[in-house]
Formats: sequence, C-alpha cells, structure tokens
Amino acid sequence: MRLINQKPSHSKALVLGLMPFLLIVLMYVFASNARLQENEDDKLLPSFSHMVDTMEKSALTPSKRSGEVIFINDTLSSLKRLGIGVVISALLGLIISIPLGLIPLVRAGFSPFIAAFSMVPPIAILPILFIIFGMGEVAKVALIVIGVTPLIVRDLQHRVEEFSKEQLIKAQTLGASTWTLVIRIILPQMLPRLLDSVRLTLGTAWIFLISSEAIAATEGLGYRIFLVRRYLAMDMILPYVIWITLLAFLADFLLKKFTCKLFPWYENKDKA
Amino acid sequence: MNSFFSPTLKLLVAATLAMSIGASTLAAEVKDKFQVAWTIYVGWMPWDYAEQSGIIDKWAKKYGIEIKMVQVNDYVESINQYTAGKFDGCVMTNMDALTIPAAGGVDSTAVIIGDFSNGNDGIILKDKKKLSDIKGQNVNLVELSVSHYLLARGLESVGMSEKDVKVVNTSDADIVAAFSSKDVTSLVTWNPQLSEIKAMKGATLAFDSSKIPGEIIDMLVLNTKTMQDNPKLAKALTGAWYEVMAQMKKGDAQAISMMAKASGTDVVGFNSQLKTTKMFYDAKDALAFSTSAALPATMQKVSEFSFEHGILGDGAKDATFVGMAFPNGKAYGSASNIKLRFSDEYMKLASEGKL
Repeated sequence: MRLINQKPSHSKALVLGLMPFLLIVLMYVFASNARLQENEDDKLLPSFSHMVDTMEKSALTPSKRSGEVIFINDTLSSLKRLGIGVVISALLGLIISIPLGLIPLVRAGFSPFIAAFSMVPPIAILPILFIIFGMGEVAKVALIVIGVTPLIVRDLQHRVEEFSKEQLIKAQTLGASTWTLVIRIILPQMLPRLLDSVRLTLGTAWIFLISSEAIAATEGLGYRIFLVRRYLAMDMILPYVIWITLLAFLADFLLKKFTCKLFPWYENKDKA
Repeated sequence: MNSFFSPTLKLLVAATLAMSIGASTLAAEVKDKFQVAWTIYVGWMPWDYAEQSGIIDKWAKKYGIEIKMVQVNDYVESINQYTAGKFDGCVMTNMDALTIPAAGGVDSTAVIIGDFSNGNDGIILKDKKKLSDIKGQNVNLVELSVSHYLLARGLESVGMSEKDVKVVNTSDADIVAAFSSKDVTSLVTWNPQLSEIKAMKGATLAFDSSKIPGEIIDMLVLNTKTMQDNPKLAKALTGAWYEVMAQMKKGDAQAISMMAKASGTDVVGFNSQLKTTKMFYDAKDALAFSTSAALPATMQKVSEFSFEHGILGDGAKDATFVGMAFPNGKAYGSASNIKLRFSDEYMKLASEGKL
C-alpha cells in the first residue's frame, strides 16, 4: 500500500502522538545523566527526581515565614492578572471592532490609527507605562491589555468585514436600523469569533504577563522564574515552564470546548 | 510494529550517544584557545580596554595562546553561561561567585581581585532622609543580588531586619524608570544606575557600600580545572590586567576615554564612578587584600546571607555547605566540598614582576 493511503489505527495514532514527547524526555534524561556524571551538583540539566524534590521542598511546602505555599500563590496571582487582562482586552476588542468593521465613517477615521498603534511594541515604551500606571498590579494588567487588544481588534474587524452583505441587506429591507443590525445580527455571530480570537492571542498574553512579572513583582510564575534564574536553578525553572505550558494548553482547550458548547452552529475550524 | 520502531530506537541511541559525547568534551584539558566573558561595569571596563588596545593579544602571544574577551549584555546570563561551561572565565562579584558557579558545583578560582565597591552600590529613599525611615516600605531591587545583601547590611546597621521592609524584585535595566513611578518609594541599585537616580528629584542616598568597605568585591574568576591545566591562561590575563592598571594609575587619558566611551558615559562620569570604586591599581595592594583576615570574614557573612536566602543550593544544611579556600591555607566551610578558591598565586607573580 502506498504511504499516503496508510492510516494509523487508534492505538497506533496514540503511540505516534506520544513519541515526540517520549523522545524529548529520553534525550533530556541522557543529556542530564551525562552532565551529572561529570558534576553531581550541575544546575543546568537537573534530574527529574531532583526537580520533584525541589518543587516539594521549596514550592509546595508552606513557607515558614508567611505560611504561604509559593507555587499556589504564584499560580493564583499570575492567573488573576492574566484573566483580568484577557477579559478587559476581549471586551475592548469587541466594542471597538464592531463599529470599526461595520461603519465606513468610523473605519475611515480610526482604522489607520489602530493599525499603526498595534505596531508599537509595548515593551519598548515601558518607562512611559511605569509613570502612567505605576509598578503595581495595574501596570501588569495594563501591559497585557495594551499588548493584546490591538491584535483582537484587528482580527475581529476583519471578521466583521467578512459578513455576508446579503444578510445585512435583507435585514435592512425588513426595517432594521444600524443599532438593530449590531445587536441582533452582528453581535451574536461575533461572540464565537471573539472566543477564537482570544484563543489565538492567549500566547501573546502569557508573554506580556511573564515580561511584566520579570520587571517588577513580589509573586507570580514569571517572577519566580526570573528570580531563581539568578542562580541558574533549572530544577525550579523547568517544572514552572512545564506548568505554564500545561495551563496555557488547558485554557486553550477549555475555550475551544466552551465555544463548541455555547455556539454549536459555529463552524469551529479545528474541532478535531 | 517492530520494523517501524527499531530504526527509531537506533536513531534515539545514536542521538543520545552523540549528546553524551558532546557533554563530556566540556571537561577541561590543555588547550590554546580561551574565552572569557565580561559585562559593563566600572571595575571591569579595563578588560574591554585590554582587548581593544591589543594588550590581551600581546600577553596571550607571549604565552603562546589565544584569548577572546566576550562582552555579554546581561550580567547574570554571563555567569550562568560560565557556570554551564561555555566560558573558561568570567568577571563577577564575590557573592555571585559563591552562589552561582560554586553552589552549582563548578569549582572556581578568583584569580584577580580587581576592586571593591566603595560607594558604587547604594540604598536610595524618595522624599525621606534617614535609613531608618525605610521601615514598612516596599524596596525595589534585584533580589538575591549584592543589592539585596547591601540592604540586609544596611538594615542591620540601624537595628532592623528584612522583616521590616517588603522586597520587590525589579530588573536592573528598568530601575531608573521605576524610580519615577509613584509606587516606588525606596530602592537599592548599583552604578551607573545609582548615579543616574541620585541626581533625580527627591532622591536621597541613605546608605552605600562605602559603609561596608571590602564586602562587595569584583573579580576575575576562572574554572579551577581549566586554570590548573592551563596556567598560561591565568598568567597572560594577570599580566594584561596589571599592564592596564599601570596605565590607569598614570592617568592615561586615552585609556580612560576609551573605557568611558565603551561604558556609555563620558570621562567625567567615568571618573566619578572610579571615585566610588576602590581599584587595586597595584598588584601588591590586591595581594594584601586577598591575604588579609578580612576576606574570610566577609565571605563568611556572604555565605550566611546566601544560606538564609536559600541560594546555596538544596544540599545545603547550613552556611558552611560550600567550602572556600583562601591564601595561606585558610579555609571556611566544608573541606570536602571546596568549590570557591581565592588564589594569590598570580597576583604575587605580578607584584614580583615575574610574568
């Protein structure tokens, strides 16, 4: 049989899917063993048991001073910042993109500005952001919002522009005003697209979250990574990175499920 | 199944073998090409000048080797790279040498003690004058760095401890901008950022490293095994260093202006930073400092601070976990785990003119 016609069985597909993960783990174990044989205190590629140990000792045991569990504390404060940032960005994105995509007058007035504004790299203007938003929680959320909103706006604007003209004209012949069009036709159809857009920008939101926590913070997943980076504590950094990846994956997965459940009529391109 | 997985398995074995061979070549051996990392700081600019002016090449040639000084933009990254085995040597402070390579099991030797901070690191308050006013404030600083150590020593001097303040980890690159933010009321940093902030409105320098002289030391650290296998490397570097020191002592205008320019300031700015740096222009002074009783005492303090903050590694049961060796057979901590050595061997050769 030709290669192109060979389809893997269910179990084979599972094995094939797990292969790359397994391969990476194995490669890591071998490389780590090689380094540890030379220097048993090597910090660059710690063994898995060492990582588990470190996480148990320093991240999952309540701190003697404050009684807080730093791993849980870090996760909660990061998720809170990320959640607030993403929700604000999504709402702003929705509110800005509909008039931008639908109303030619608004589009003519603001589209070029939004396009240009979305190109400003927020990290480059950090000193200005510090002065406007301070260095506390507001600044961290603001960085996410400034980084993510323009992406959502531009994506949603295109989605609005893609709406079938027939649908809009039909509604108008039935007497719908612009406002009715927005509320009854555009908005309901935009919601699943918004969720799609949020899913796509989640990665960017994480980057901004981690960078804001790297700049000034007292807790958070990004804070911890940048703190222990000072003494090359990969035994702490690697589990944190795996955890962040897992959280990001989970958020994406839940949003996808949520979209399917809430908007079954919406053709989600990657339903698989 | 079998026919599918066996080639993959072979590939896997080959790849891991290749990786382990790659790892084992990290072991030191006699060689003739070396890389030393440096970062921008007043006490380390002589290394850049030595490279730019050809002094390094001259000394390397004398010993029949090649040395490349590599500038790294991020200080901590340079030490991490050295610890991971990418560089044969690196410039760093005494505390970072203890907590990064030494605590990471990389046996390291401080070959040249270049200077100590004598005002280059400081605690700054906003709209307050006395250090004791820091009580209850957020303090922005690079956590677990010498700034953190300076804060601990400063608080000690006014009968307080770290529990009296809240430390906010803030990157050194952003700390100047941070001072303008309304949330920031006090901070700890080093030069050149320190002089930048000192000049800003409302800033008061409440404590600086001149009050703990000799405790924040800037040095050149080499991998001990590489150094022992290749004494030529240490000799060439020491020779080049003290040639630059002699030029600086004479006040060589060209040398100073090249260093000032490379560190992003002008001659006036560079000279003012030199004023708060106790440079050991003379190898004899560095030698006297490295053999003094003060050095082991300082390192004990640093080791205790590091242990209390959990940065000696998780094998550490107490501050003596990482052993240190000093000239004249003095030592501190675990004799079976000596990972940081202060050597006077090459500074001695330099002071006797035997390089």
